[in-house]
Amino acid sequence: MAALLEVSGLKAFYGQTQSLYDVGFDIPTGGITTLLGANGAGKTTTLRAICNMVRTDGTIRFDGKNIRGMATEEIVRQRIAHVPEGRGTFTTLTVDENLRIAAYTRRDKQGVKDELDRVFAYFPRLKERIQQQAGTLSGGEQQMLAIARALMLKPRLMLLDEPSFGLAPLIVQEIFRILRRINEEEKVSILLVEQNAALALDLATHAYVLETGKVVMSGPSDVVKNDENVRKSYLGY
Amino acid sequence: MVSTSKKWALGIIVIAFVVPLLKPVFPDLISDYRLFLVSTMIIASIAVLGLNLLTGFNGQFSLGHGAFYAVGAYTAAILMDQLSVPYWATIPAAAIVCFIVGYLFGLPALKLEGHYLALATFALALAVPQILKYRWLEGLTGGVQGIVLMKPEVPFGLPLSEDQWLYYFCLIVMVILFWAAANMLNSRSGRAMMAIRDQYMAADTMGIDTALYKTVTFGISAAYTGIAGALSASAIAFVAPDSFNIFLSIKFLIGLVVGGIGSLAGSVIGGIFYVLVDNSAQSLAQFIRNDLGLPFDLSAYTVFGVLLIAIIYLMPMGIAGGIYLAYRKLRATRS
Amino acid sequence: MEQLLQQFASGLANGAIYACVALALVMIYVSTDHINFAQGEMAMFSTYLSWQLMTWGLSFWAAFIVAVALSFVMGVVIERLILRPLHNAPVLSIIVVFIGLLAIFNSMAGAIWSYLIKEFPSPFPKSSFGIAGVIGPHQLGVVLVTLIVLGLLFVFFRYTPLGLAMRAAAQNPQMARLVGVRVDWMLALGWGLASSIGAVAGIMVAHIVYLDPNMMAGILLYAFASALVGGISNPAGAVAGGFIVGVLENMVAYAGNQIEKATGIYIIGNGEKLTVALIIVIFVLTVKPAGLFGRVVVKRV
Repeated sequence: MAALLEVSGLKAFYGQTQSLYDVGFDIPTGGITTLLGANGAGKTTTLRAICNMVRTDGTIRFDGKNIRGMATEEIVRQRIAHVPEGRGTFTTLTVDENLRIAAYTRRDKQGVKDELDRVFAYFPRLKERIQQQAGTLSGGEQQMLAIARALMLKPRLMLLDEPSFGLAPLIVQEIFRILRRINEEEKVSILLVEQNAALALDLATHAYVLETGKVVMSGPSDVVKNDENVRKSYLGY
Repeated sequence: MVSTSKKWALGIIVIAFVVPLLKPVFPDLISDYRLFLVSTMIIASIAVLGLNLLTGFNGQFSLGHGAFYAVGAYTAAILMDQLSVPYWATIPAAAIVCFIVGYLFGLPALKLEGHYLALATFALALAVPQILKYRWLEGLTGGVQGIVLMKPEVPFGLPLSEDQWLYYFCLIVMVILFWAAANMLNSRSGRAMMAIRDQYMAADTMGIDTALYKTVTFGISAAYTGIAGALSASAIAFVAPDSFNIFLSIKFLIGLVVGGIGSLAGSVIGGIFYVLVDNSAQSLAQFIRNDLGLPFDLSAYTVFGVLLIAIIYLMPMGIAGGIYLAYRKLRATRS
Repeated sequence: MEQLLQQFASGLANGAIYACVALALVMIYVSTDHINFAQGEMAMFSTYLSWQLMTWGLSFWAAFIVAVALSFVMGVVIERLILRPLHNAPVLSIIVVFIGLLAIFNSMAGAIWSYLIKEFPSPFPKSSFGIAGVIGPHQLGVVLVTLIVLGLLFVFFRYTPLGLAMRAAAQNPQMARLVGVRVDWMLALGWGLASSIGAVAGIMVAHIVYLDPNMMAGILLYAFASALVGGISNPAGAVAGGFIVGVLENMVAYAGNQIEKATGIYIIGNGEKLTVALIIVIFVLTVKPAGLFGRVVVKRV
């Protein structure tokens, strides 16, 4: 079965500086894949490259369709949702508005309402704060909002960039639990970039390890988890 | 490269000095009207150089240099009209007054970047005609009617027409000013000025007193354009508030952009250019109106506006920049 | 006392015009970080378009609607064709392009319709409308039309999906793309709207200041002052700033008139309006650049 997202020979550039040299991986449909690596390895750049937020070269195919070079908003309309570093919520808009904006391309008002209900089922905390300005939410709530907003796009693939960043462990656990539910119930494939390797490897089914812009290791997450190098560099034992 | 351009400059200056002397030989070619026209081009070049010093070399945007031109013109006019100061003395007087005004404007301008400075100077340019017509200043400025002056007399009984003398006077002032500017720009001060334009934060941390440089450059820039204004008062022998409106500042901007930002030669090209277009536009407008019979009052500013946009798209470095690039390409292909 | 009220009401009417133009300026500034120096001339050109339509037989309001619609298209076209290709160009280049547009619109208006000052009709009947002795029918009409337009805009931005998308695109273009918003088109629409608002202002004010190619220059300067007073990053602030500056302008002129009447000394009057605006601009920029309601942008080293 062809992978949902096929990336090969991916190079990425910030201006004149090259950040990714030869990244290749496949995201299977339905799974959770995680991208691990140290700071500066190129994990965030990879996610940005998929959405054409940086200059790229190489091949990126989504469901067989070539998306490299497409405008970011068109890639998103292919049903790829990107939850960036730092959440990216619209801080001066309310929770409700943040969610609605993801649905603005939809014509059917009832469909949007149903979508909101489904999303609130995953994140009841957001429903309580529906008219609150996004900038006044706590870190954890903003992360939830960002994920909820991504859900409103009805994505087939969700890209998450360091969702655990700056959050207390309990909140992170709750969020990861919800991510697993989303993956199973909504059939959303997930590509997760995480510094917290242990958490990521627990959640994910597959893992890739990135070092200075290249993939140095890949495999099912239990295999990667038990690899000696990975244990020493990323898991601390 | 520098010595080549110095040779070119010297050559052009020599030609500029010699040619008008041939007036008796070619009276139709080197007419008084043409000499007057070239004088206005010289004045325009000086004005554009003033703007270039501030915006092109020091990175501070000014859409209001018409204000300094007006101050220079009125300073000269008032001195000549009320105090019978000789025309040549009004030049340094205007320079001093405009330097002070420019410096003073440069102080609050320190806090303003990019758009905001452009906005402040734009506001200044819009308000100038009104300020000149202010009732309390009418005694000095002559209000709406302005001040009528006399053209400079030919000194020492030289066998020159008034327009020939005016031309030489302007030429001498221009050569002095451009020479001074070239020296300043090639010195440490000049490099500091340009460093401020290119990398403001870095210049600051490098120990360059950016505030001092910026305000002084404002003053010098205003002085240059003010000298041009003073020259124009003598040349046109008349000053009136409504000629110093926003469109004057727009003309300087054209000269700056078309000639070449950050280029001395560009300032000359720019000055020549906007005077030429201004003059030709009138005849073109008449042609359209009278010969083609279209009820269409073409103004130079349509041409100016289109050119401003076109240059930004096609030749953002201006004509001087274009020539420089072409020159570089030529040398590269040769070697 | 009655005269004071009249001046106040007149100030509100002027303020309504400034509020519109200031809003147009702020809309473009908030979404693109640029100041549209050509805003006044574009508005003036649109006003001439409406005059032309009326000359061709359309009623005032029909001409109004068509001219505003044409103005919208004009704004979109300018953004897409002239400004979009320059979105990474240095600031000076963009300022130069704005000045170029200013020059073109101004001179084209003069070329097509001549520089002769023209009268411009008022759609508000002289008889029944105003509050006698306080505010004339046209001035009251100007304030009402402005409030209606501003109200419509508020509803649009607050309650419609497109308005929401535009707000998001202005606030965080990168993130807006990540939720599928076509940010480039949002910018173009923003320009279209700004241009339309400017057209409304121009058509409303033409009866008061008479139609001539240079009619908007002073108003533009006052609109800058208004936007700065209100806070150039705040649309609501711009509107408030407009009314504040409008009333202030009239009060200053009134005070000047009174002083001259009482003492015979002329200090300030109608002939100094641009100078007053300049002083406001310089004052706000140097003393409180964020204005009353805006936020100062901190430059990160």
